[in-house]
Formats: sequence, structure tokens, C-alpha cells
Amino acid sequence: MRTFPIGGIHPHDNKEWSKDKAIEVLELPDEVKLPMVQHIGAPATPIVQKGDKVLVGQVVGQSVGFVSANIHSPVSGTVTNVDMFPNGQGQRRMMVVIKREGDEWLETIDRTPDHKRECKLEPKEIIAKIKDAGIVGLGGAQFPTHVKLSIPDGQKAEVVVINGVECEPYLTSDYRTMLERAEMVLTGTEIVMRAVGVERAVIGVENNKPDAIKHLREVIARDGYRGIEVMPLKMRYPQGGEKQLIAAVTGRQVPPPPALPISVGAVVCNVSTCVAIYEAVQKNKPLIERVVTVTGKHLKTTHNYLARFGTSVSRLFELAGIPEGDVKLLNGGPMMGRSVVDITAPLIKGCSGLTVITGEEAARGKELSCIKCGKCVEVCPMGLEPYILSKLAKLQKWDMAEEHNTVDCIECGCCSYTCPSYLPLLDYIRIGKQTVSTIVRARAAANNKR
Amino acid sequence: MATRLFAAPSPHIHGGEKTRRIMLDVILALVPALAVSTYIMGWRVLLVTAVAVAGCVVFEYLIGRILLKRGSTIGDLSAIVTGMLLAFNLPVGIPWWIVLVGALVAIGIGKMTFGGLGCNPFNPALTGRIFLLIAYPVQMTDWTTNVPDALSGSTMLADVKGSTYDAAGNIVLGNLNLDNIDFMGMFGGHMNGSLGEIASLALVLGALYLLWRKVISWHIPVAVLGTMVVFALCVALSVGGGALCYQLPLFHILAGGALLGALFMATDYSTSPMTHKGMLIYGVGIGLLTMIIRLWGAYPEGMSFAIFIMNAATPLINKYCRPKRFGTK
Repeated sequence: MRTFPIGGIHPHDNKEWSKDKAIEVLELPDEVKLPMVQHIGAPATPIVQKGDKVLVGQVVGQSVGFVSANIHSPVSGTVTNVDMFPNGQGQRRMMVVIKREGDEWLETIDRTPDHKRECKLEPKEIIAKIKDAGIVGLGGAQFPTHVKLSIPDGQKAEVVVINGVECEPYLTSDYRTMLERAEMVLTGTEIVMRAVGVERAVIGVENNKPDAIKHLREVIARDGYRGIEVMPLKMRYPQGGEKQLIAAVTGRQVPPPPALPISVGAVVCNVSTCVAIYEAVQKNKPLIERVVTVTGKHLKTTHNYLARFGTSVSRLFELAGIPEGDVKLLNGGPMMGRSVVDITAPLIKGCSGLTVITGEEAARGKELSCIKCGKCVEVCPMGLEPYILSKLAKLQKWDMAEEHNTVDCIECGCCSYTCPSYLPLLDYIRIGKQTVSTIVRARAAANNKR
Repeated sequence: MATRLFAAPSPHIHGGEKTRRIMLDVILALVPALAVSTYIMGWRVLLVTAVAVAGCVVFEYLIGRILLKRGSTIGDLSAIVTGMLLAFNLPVGIPWWIVLVGALVAIGIGKMTFGGLGCNPFNPALTGRIFLLIAYPVQMTDWTTNVPDALSGSTMLADVKGSTYDAAGNIVLGNLNLDNIDFMGMFGGHMNGSLGEIASLALVLGALYLLWRKVISWHIPVAVLGTMVVFALCVALSVGGGALCYQLPLFHILAGGALLGALFMATDYSTSPMTHKGMLIYGVGIGLLTMIIRLWGAYPEGMSFAIFIMNAATPLINKYCRPKRFGTK
């Protein structure tokens, strides 16, 4: 069975807590808060004002430039505020606040339950619809999908890789999506293939999800999806990393930054993103909701909700019953998720799950000295030397950190997870990576001016 | 009790591996060899080991607390490992105060001078042993109190000395007759030598445990021992081949500190390279140097010096043997 070439770890997948919970439609929120940044790129501009009436699916934030994304209202009601509010990390961001009244949708949106498979649109039209719908990568990266699907001149896509790996422990939203919304995933995949002009797509799924593999294969055979293959992958974290997945599926390694997956002919999309693409292109439905896992060992109940964006995170946690004592609330899973410090923050596009871990599980061990065991080097999936990168960042040796390719780091956390001396390797590497990236960008800008 | 939120950057979980646990594994892996040596050589084995371990632990504690004025680091158990490995490199009849001198050099000069665990460029136990070998050559090569009817590894190794080239350019071995050697006996521990190096079978079992626990990888041991085997085979072929082709390689692996060195000393984390490729180069270097010293050097055994020299080369090896960057050829 295939997997990615170097590094990686085997954390317990902890999927058992929520994997058997069918997707439930979450009650509509009374109020939503919509950040104008839910994507990589330029923030959207709010185009509504206090007092405006909006319908479900109406644009409230207009994308600015190519690398940006529209924001749509997930509810119908009245705009009550357009102001700065804290996001999950406590940073104040421009948000549109809407008080819900009823549930009235834009008439252009097809709300019938029928599955619509046939798509005769030209690639350009498909990409335009995806752009209008404000779709971003739902696996967590939040990169605008229309940018990804616009193949640069001189390059050619050869294969579409669909990410059904969900290697992050605990999370099961992609898994439930594959089980319950397979037709949408597959039609979405067909649309992506059409948009980038390829005949072949591979859906990579880790072998800890045999029923998803089986179900997808059955639907492919039953409905005659041509050119789409399901490839079981050997479970290993971080297989869902874009570069790792491409290497696992195609055997080709994307060259170091700034090279993109297209340089090896691959276009990667997450399974949940495929569902969003299906809905946007076939049903005219913009991205207003997603499947989100609410999970944790110590919750009263776990869920896979279909929830509208802008729903308060606190509501989701409330429904799950947060345990008492010290807890860490994570936007995402325990390996790459971010700590939520403000629970009034809204659910955003990139949030595939909310994980609750107790203080004990999340406690950091006492930092000892590096014993040069080399385990961080062994597990690094990018072929880096985390012990050196961390040290260089600590010493603020940015030029040396650059020489040691610190910008290649995908922040998967394998190094910190493995370190027997409990060194916060990634904490420092992240600082090094950000600083070096800034320096590199400034240098490039200066060179361009000259 | 209320709910209290706390935050930190990812990752939020840890694999659970601990430095202390790794050190404990090494200690456990050394226990079989200690037991076999005690069985063969008597209770004094335990005494020497106890003195070495106690010395290392106490010196580390005192140096850390009094000289470096920092918290105690003995909880990581690494001082116990150093103590055991030092003892394993000593003759069983060695006076106890020499053991203490060795422990002081190992911990004081070999380890704490550089900042303690992980910072030392040379294997601390080896630093101690080499100091003692030079400072107390008589006591360090006194094998008389041991197994009376067995030859010592270094005695046998001394016999392959004087190897030279004849007029035709072929290697001529010293006055060694390998036909008289009981290899099975040597494997089981019927041999004289430092107290930890004689129990070959037990050492191999210990190393297998470390491999299984993923404390060490196969690269260094295989590179060291493989190089020695190939080297010995070449020598055997150049002096006529025959039975020597298996006798000489086997002899070099079983005699002296080859196994103890390759399995437990050369694999020390701080002083060995980080990447697998680097480990292989480091191991080959140790194997070559060991054989050169054994055949043509001034000392009968060359393992300690070979590891020590390659320890010095480790930073250089790390510099040139970096891992393969993802996406590059």
C-alpha cells in the first residue's frame, strides 16, 4: 500500500469518538458573525450596511482581486453591525453581524434534493461559478479554489487528486461526507476534472476508513463515474498534507517553494471542497455551510453537524457539553488545530472540526536539553532538520535558517510530537519561518523595484 | 469546578516518548551482559559497576548543583548509563579508586564541561576509559583475576599484531593461530577482557531489545561490524584464505570490545550523526580505524580510539550528510 516517501508519525487516530455519528443539520443560529477574511489572500469588502435586509446566499463581502473570496450570508435577516470583533485566536477582524429572521433563500438557488450530475459548462464558466460561490479549500488551508483551478499558462494538469485522507486525529467530517455525500463528492470531482481538463482523478483515503473506500468504490461502479479511482493509503500522519498526498498518490514530489503542485501536473481538492463545488456549479448554491465535527474524549456527546457559517463556536461546544476543569478548545484537530481563546468567535470556512482535549492530554512536558537523538530529523516529512531550525530561530540567525530551508516547513508538528526532551521545536520554527518568509518577500520586492 | 480555557500553539499532543525512558531502555539492555559477566567473573563485576554508577551520579549531581548552580539533572538517568558503560570498559580486578577517577573524568570532563547531556562531543564513558588507559596502563590491562583458562581478548588481539607485508606485497599475520580458538565459547562469554565486553550473546540480545524499542537504528552497528568483517576477510584472503576466511572475521567481531563498542558505545546519540547516511559513514569509519589500530597500531584494541576519533568527525559528517530535502533529487 502506498504512502508518502519520508518522515511521518503514527498518532492514535481517535476517530472512534465521532465516526459513527451521522451528519445532523444544526439548528439555525439566531445571529451570525461573518469575518471578511475566511481565506488566504485579500480580505473581502463588506457591501452591506447596518439595517440592510439579506437573504440566504446573498453576497455580503465582495472579494478584492484574484486571490480573495466572496462571503455570503448563511441566513436571512437584518444586518445589525459591521465592525471589528475577535476571531477564535482573539484577533480583531472586520465582521458582518446578521440577526436571523426566518430562512429565506435567494431564488436562484436550487434547493431540490435531486442529484444533478450532468455538467456541460466550459472550464471558464465552472471556475467563474466557483469564484462567485466563495469556495476555499475546506481541508483547513482556506486557499481560494478558483485560483487553484486556474492553470497558469504553459503548465498542464495531468491528474486531479482528491484529498479524503483526513489524517488529523479525531476529525471525522470528511469521513462522514464520503459516506453520506459520496455522489456529491464524485460529481464535484468530475466537475474539477472538467475544469482543469484531465481524464483521471484519484481519491486518496487512508486505510483506517475501509467503509469510506468501499462505499466510494460502490458508487463509482454503480453510477459509472469514469476515470475516478479510489486509492487506499497506508495510515500515516501528515498524509493529508498536499505535497505528501501528491507524492503518495503519484510518486512525484513537488519541488521546494515557490513551486506549486501543478509543476508535477497535480491539482488537489479536499472531498468537502468537492461537495461545495458540486453545490455551487450544479445548484447555484454558494458556500454557506459545512460539515463540522465536534469531538473529544470527555465530551457528553460528539457530533458531525452540518452547520451554517457564522454560528458561534460557543453554541457548538455547549451542545457537546464541555467538561469541567482545564480544557483546550481546538479549531481543528490536535496536531495542527489552533487554540480557541475566544468562544464568541464564529464558525468559519476552514474549520473541519472542533476538538476538546483536557489539560492533562494537552499538558506540555518539562523542557529538557536536546540529546541529538535525531528523531525529529527522522519524522520530518519535508526532509528538514528541526533541531537546527529551532535553534537558529532561537538565536535569531535568520540567514542560516533560510539556508536550512526553514520556509519548506509545513508546520505539521511531527518534530514536537516526537521529541523525547519535550522541546517546543515547532514553536520556534514557526517564528523562524514567518520571519524568513517576510525577509524573502521584502528582498524580492526590492529586487523588482530595481 | 468551572471550565478553564487554556491555549498554546500546535501540536497539542505528544507521542509520549521521554529521554528518561530511552535511558531506562539502555540500562535494561545492558542488564543481560552484566548478569552473564557476573556469572562468569564473579561478584566483583557488580561492585565495579556499582562504584562506577554511584560515582557518575554523585559527580553529576555535585557538579550541577555546586559548580553550575542549576537544578539536578540526574533524574534523566543518563549518568547511570555512563556509569554502566564505563564499568563495562574496565577490567574486573581494577582498584575501586581508579573506577572513581574514571567516573570523575567521564562526567566532569567528558560531559558536564560541555554543558551536560546532549552537549558533549565525545562519549563520556569512553573519555573516562581512555584517560584511565593512558594514566593507569598496568591496572587497566591486568586480566589475571579473571577466568583462568581463557585467553583475554586483548591477549589474542595482541597476537595479530606485527602483521606486516612480505616482499610480494601480501599481508603476513602475526603469531596468531585461530585453529585453537573456541568461537562458541567466546560467543557465550568464555573469554577474558573488560567486564562488559565478554558476554557477546547477551550484548547482542540487549541491542536487539534497543532495536525493537527503536532506541537505536541498525545503521551504526551494521556499518561498524560489516566494515570489520569485510576488512578481516580481505586480510584473510591476502594471507592465503582457507579456513581463515571465516575465522578471522569472526574472531575480530568476538574479541575485545567490538560488540560493546558497535552496539552500545558508537550508538550514543549526542556523539553520533543525525541522519542514516551520516550514521553509515560514521560506522564505516569506526570499523576501518578499529581494524587498522588492531593490526598495526600501538594498542592491542582499537575500538575505543576509533569511536573517539569518529566522535570528533560527527559535526563534520552532520554538515555534509543532511537529510534529502523534499522535492529535490
